[in-house]
Amino acid sequence: MTVQSVARPRPVDEASRRAWDIAAQVVDPEIPVLTIEDLGVLRSVAVGEDGAVTVSLTPTYSGCPALEAMRDDVTSALHAAGYRSVAVELVLAPAWTTDWMSEDGKAKLREYGIAAPTGHSTVRPAGAVRLQLAVKCPRCSSLNTRELARFGSTSCKALYECRDCLEPFDYFKVL
Amino acid sequence: MTETSRPGAATADHGHVEVDSVVLSAELVEGGSVASHDVAEYALWLGDDALVIAQQLGWWISRAPELEEDVALGNIGLDLLGHARSLLHYAGAESGRSEDDLAYWRDEPQFRSAHLFEQPNGDFAHTIARQFIAAHYLFELYTRLQASGDATLAAIAAKSVKEVDYHRDHAVQWILRLALGTDESRRRMVTGLSDLWPYVDELFVDEPLIDRLEGVAVRPSSLRQAFDEAIVPVLAEAELDVPRGFISSGGGRGGRHSENLGFILAEMQVLARAHPGASW
Repeated sequence: MTVQSVARPRPVDEASRRAWDIAAQVVDPEIPVLTIEDLGVLRSVAVGEDGAVTVSLTPTYSGCPALEAMRDDVTSALHAAGYRSVAVELVLAPAWTTDWMSEDGKAKLREYGIAAPTGHSTVRPAGAVRLQLAVKCPRCSSLNTRELARFGSTSCKALYECRDCLEPFDYFKVL
Repeated sequence: MTETSRPGAATADHGHVEVDSVVLSAELVEGGSVASHDVAEYALWLGDDALVIAQQLGWWISRAPELEEDVALGNIGLDLLGHARSLLHYAGAESGRSEDDLAYWRDEPQFRSAHLFEQPNGDFAHTIARQFIAAHYLFELYTRLQASGDATLAAIAAKSVKEVDYHRDHAVQWILRLALGTDESRRRMVTGLSDLWPYVDELFVDEPLIDRLEGVAVRPSSLRQAFDEAIVPVLAEAELDVPRGFISSGGGRGGRHSENLGFILAEMQVLARAHPGASW
């Protein structure tokens, strides 16, 4: 399976596909340039024979409060499109990773002023030194940047500073 | 999605509390939908550890030495609260209780957290020492729990381990900075570490429950070597000795707690108990 098919498992049947495309347009309330499809948090959409829609979402971080807003927004979007019965479930497996973020989503993040995740997710073995690739400034593209704080304005971000243009910026951490 | 009925909710006699939450879909983590009694008890142990320390970390918001640390400790607490919610949701299903029933309507003797997690925040160095021990323990635990025969526990562990990895790193950076900083920061780090150290051993005790959960639970004693191998080099780099001295008798898994837990629970539970049945 490709990363794309794991990250964005758009259903095969016509009815579910139509509902998926509506749910897929819901944006992250904290980062409104990214859709839940770009992020990879939309895990499945199924329309039953009775027309009831079941959607599953996965959290980025375990305690992320945006998940509840996404659930409400998905429900409203599907109601507005005429689906009367909508259920949204939470799934934990497989665990979400920044590897699932779409290339298009990463480009939109940069335009928005947030540096996209650099490198791939791996849980390092105990004791190993954390390797962090250079993070590119979303404003001037300099690689001469430094981490100010590993925990930023939301669970998924760290705070960085560019040593060339001197602007602080958010970095979407690899998870 | 809120739960509207609770079959068999014998202990939920406080009215209906509706909470804005997303229901964990058990079948979508490919597990059995309801934990057995022993698995539920094990999930309660892990969930209580996470809940008690999450509640304590929240206190630091607006009180940490710098704004970035308010945010860091708040975020770490939020991750741990997320783990607690998943674990307690799973633990409660067996007895028809919600995560909120378990968090707000149990008293100290019903909590199963180890004593480390209820140790007071103290000064910043005490909190860092507690985080250092807790994050390394949780990292080793969740790393192995990913292979649990219980699919729900495995899924929660796979999710949590990646977050705990960041928590581990955070604590290590501060241990080094405080221990190798000024005389005062070093003095406080040494004190913090030696005050928290008596509560390390309890984390690695194999209770009888563990024998009944072969292949599901992680045997705590099996984590000790990896824990030591991870922390000893950090302490060496920080020029800190591994503390010696008395060892706490523990008892948290059996519901025997220090006085600290009562104060933590009082603050955490007061609102839900003052307004039974309230929804928010």
